[in-house]
Amino acid sequence: MYFPNEINLSRDGHRGKPVNPVQILEKRGNSMPVPHNAKPESEPALRVRALEAILAEKGLIDSKALDALVDTYEHKIGPRNGAKVVARAWADPAYKQRLMTDATAAIKELGFSGLQGEDMVVVENTPEVHNLVVCTLCSCYPWPTLGLPPNWYKSAPYRARAVSDPRSVLKEFGTELPDTVEVRIWDTTAELRYLVLPERPSGTENLSEEQLAELVTRDSMIGVTKI
Amino acid sequence: MHGIHDIGGMHGIGPIAPEENEPVFHEEWEGRAFGLFGATYVFAGYTVDEFRHAIEHIEPAHYLESSYYEHWLFAFEALLIKRGIVTREELDARVALLRKEAE
Repeated sequence: MYFPNEINLSRDGHRGKPVNPVQILEKRGNSMPVPHNAKPESEPALRVRALEAILAEKGLIDSKALDALVDTYEHKIGPRNGAKVVARAWADPAYKQRLMTDATAAIKELGFSGLQGEDMVVVENTPEVHNLVVCTLCSCYPWPTLGLPPNWYKSAPYRARAVSDPRSVLKEFGTELPDTVEVRIWDTTAELRYLVLPERPSGTENLSEEQLAELVTRDSMIGVTKI
Repeated sequence: MHGIHDIGGMHGIGPIAPEENEPVFHEEWEGRAFGLFGATYVFAGYTVDEFRHAIEHIEPAHYLESSYYEHWLFAFEALLIKRGIVTREELDARVALLRKEAE
């Protein structure tokens, strides 16, 4: 098998558009056809096609397994997972306690675990403290709860400035915090992943857990925005 | 260990300019590059750590100028060539062929 068993493929982690897996599989094959009337392929595109084709011809990879991996992370695993964790924590104080004590186990209770989320820590926003997560060295990110990171998270500007000038970073996302609020930046390591538990907005006391989850944005769980 | 990847706190790096409603993969090849990790690491016998290490050894200017999945591509090529699974010549020849087919 090409990837660990723990990835939960049945949860809808995305609100994305539906995809037809048959269409994807029909396009694949060792010859990797070029779409007609397409703009000239970039060099990386050609290199990836070349690499995949050669490895498939050598019998070292299965392009259909690759298709499944792409489909999983493009459509099935995403921030809707993390939103469910946040909503549960807001609605259930005992769950929140478990989440703050052993985030990996509590997140697993909801069915999210595995690849790039093996060791989780949840950091809670309060009126006094605002948390922000970055990976300065590369792009470490909690895949089971948030899916794959956006480009900006993986790029030099965010990685450089989050640790030295977080308030200007937050400002770029439209988030302004009073000077009295402490900003804590968590630099992700290879082994540990952080998830921000945003503050529950006021006036949501009567919402169901499902409705609460709808309010939670990806960016609030990274910490660049509040809800 | 220092390197261009150790970028936390560096000055003079421009705006973040986040994209709205960003797709998971901007191009199809990025998705394939993503999938290639899961497809190759087991038989090739490398870990995420070695993969990151290969990326950290990208020439600094190229590291900053190239896109995220180009880093992955660089690492795959370096690791698979190092292990003798493919050669640079094989890859270059195939790229040339594909480029010709596309014309």
